[in-house]
Amino acid sequence: MTDHTDHSHLSDTELRVRALESLLVDKGLVDPAALDAIVDTYENKVGPRNGAKVVARAWVDPDFKQWLLRDATAAIDSLGYTSTQGADIVVLENTAKVHNLTVCSLCSCYPWAVLGLPPAWYKSFPYRARAVKDPRGVLQEFGQDIADGVEVRVWDSTAEVRYLVLPERPPGTEDMAEEKLADLVTRNSMIGTDRLTGGGAG
Amino acid sequence: MDGIHDMGGMDGFGPIPIEQDEPVFHAPWEGRVWALNSALGALGKWNIDAGRYEMEQLDPILYLQSIYYQRWLYRTENILIAHGMVTRQELETPPERRKVEKQGQALSVEDIFARQRQARSARVDAEVPARFKTGDKVRARNIYPKGHTRLPRYVRGKVGVIDRDHGVFIFPDSNAVFAGKKPQHLYSVQFAAQEVWGSDAASADKIYMDMWDDYLEVS
Repeated sequence: MTDHTDHSHLSDTELRVRALESLLVDKGLVDPAALDAIVDTYENKVGPRNGAKVVARAWVDPDFKQWLLRDATAAIDSLGYTSTQGADIVVLENTAKVHNLTVCSLCSCYPWAVLGLPPAWYKSFPYRARAVKDPRGVLQEFGQDIADGVEVRVWDSTAEVRYLVLPERPPGTEDMAEEKLADLVTRNSMIGTDRLTGGGAG
Repeated sequence: MDGIHDMGGMDGFGPIPIEQDEPVFHAPWEGRVWALNSALGALGKWNIDAGRYEMEQLDPILYLQSIYYQRWLYRTENILIAHGMVTRQELETPPERRKVEKQGQALSVEDIFARQRQARSARVDAEVPARFKTGDKVRARNIYPKGHTRLPRYVRGKVGVIDRDHGVFIFPDSNAVFAGKKPQHLYSVQFAAQEVWGSDAASADKIYMDMWDDYLEVS
């Protein structure tokens, strides 16, 4: 790179990243414009709104929901959200009796195509360590008390299969349009660390 | 390898660092590291399993002391060096004092994303018989591979049930060292939480893990 800014305020890490990028550009291995476009894609184009639209569609369209639960990869493809990651996707349905929670204990596997890049906590050591062993304690840290009668299923992503939770449709939203429903869906509800409380009084 | 990355079940890391309205990247350099990783991966010099294996071989103390995108930075430097694409000396020499030759033609963003999509797949179109079917009782083999594996310590020796067959996939343990794809069935295996963690776990709770044929034996 050819900028002449004062580097004295930069951290060692920033300097090291700049050195690496500059070397790779000089070698013709990467194009800075492509790097800009990748950053822009993940900051502005791919993110949990994609997943929220999938969830809202499943809530209003029973046929789509059945397809999603049977073959999520194809169902999500049909909505055009698979531009950046080619892994298979499996959708897990939360019900009154089952709560699903996703984790990658080995690193950071996550369904980018529908949720974007994972939040820092998802990649953090305490989450990776404890989600598999003490999911109810982890959920409490997110403000979610899971009743004794509910079965908690933890999905540890060890392969090229990505998991997306289909949260329960909140009560009081029966008359709500699909676009409004999508606004209710939080990123964490699709990871499994949130449950949705509703669009009305709830 | 039983490295520091295999964290499932460990204690002592403290509370989960939940952050409200968190940005995608916390600093511009994080985005650059991520983009470099995507662009370099698309060149096809290594595969995702080799990339993970390189991450796992970071010094464990460095691994624990670093934040996520720092680990990716160190991994990327190491894997570039391992593949002869850069040298440590080049990385440590200021740009105005080094002379390098062009090695190739950098990919456009369209090509990078297209290649990532094609990499859909770890899935392999091959006729490989499945050793197990849904409902079969299986035991995670009690094995300790020295190299890369996606078999976490915490399930080894535990008994579970085949929940579903995902189909035929590349086997990471061999692919990570470019020793072949060894295509085989990948299953989701359900374990009772109490089978894994003992009687303190809730009796109804379950763990589901994706596991290759080579990780499993008849129970």
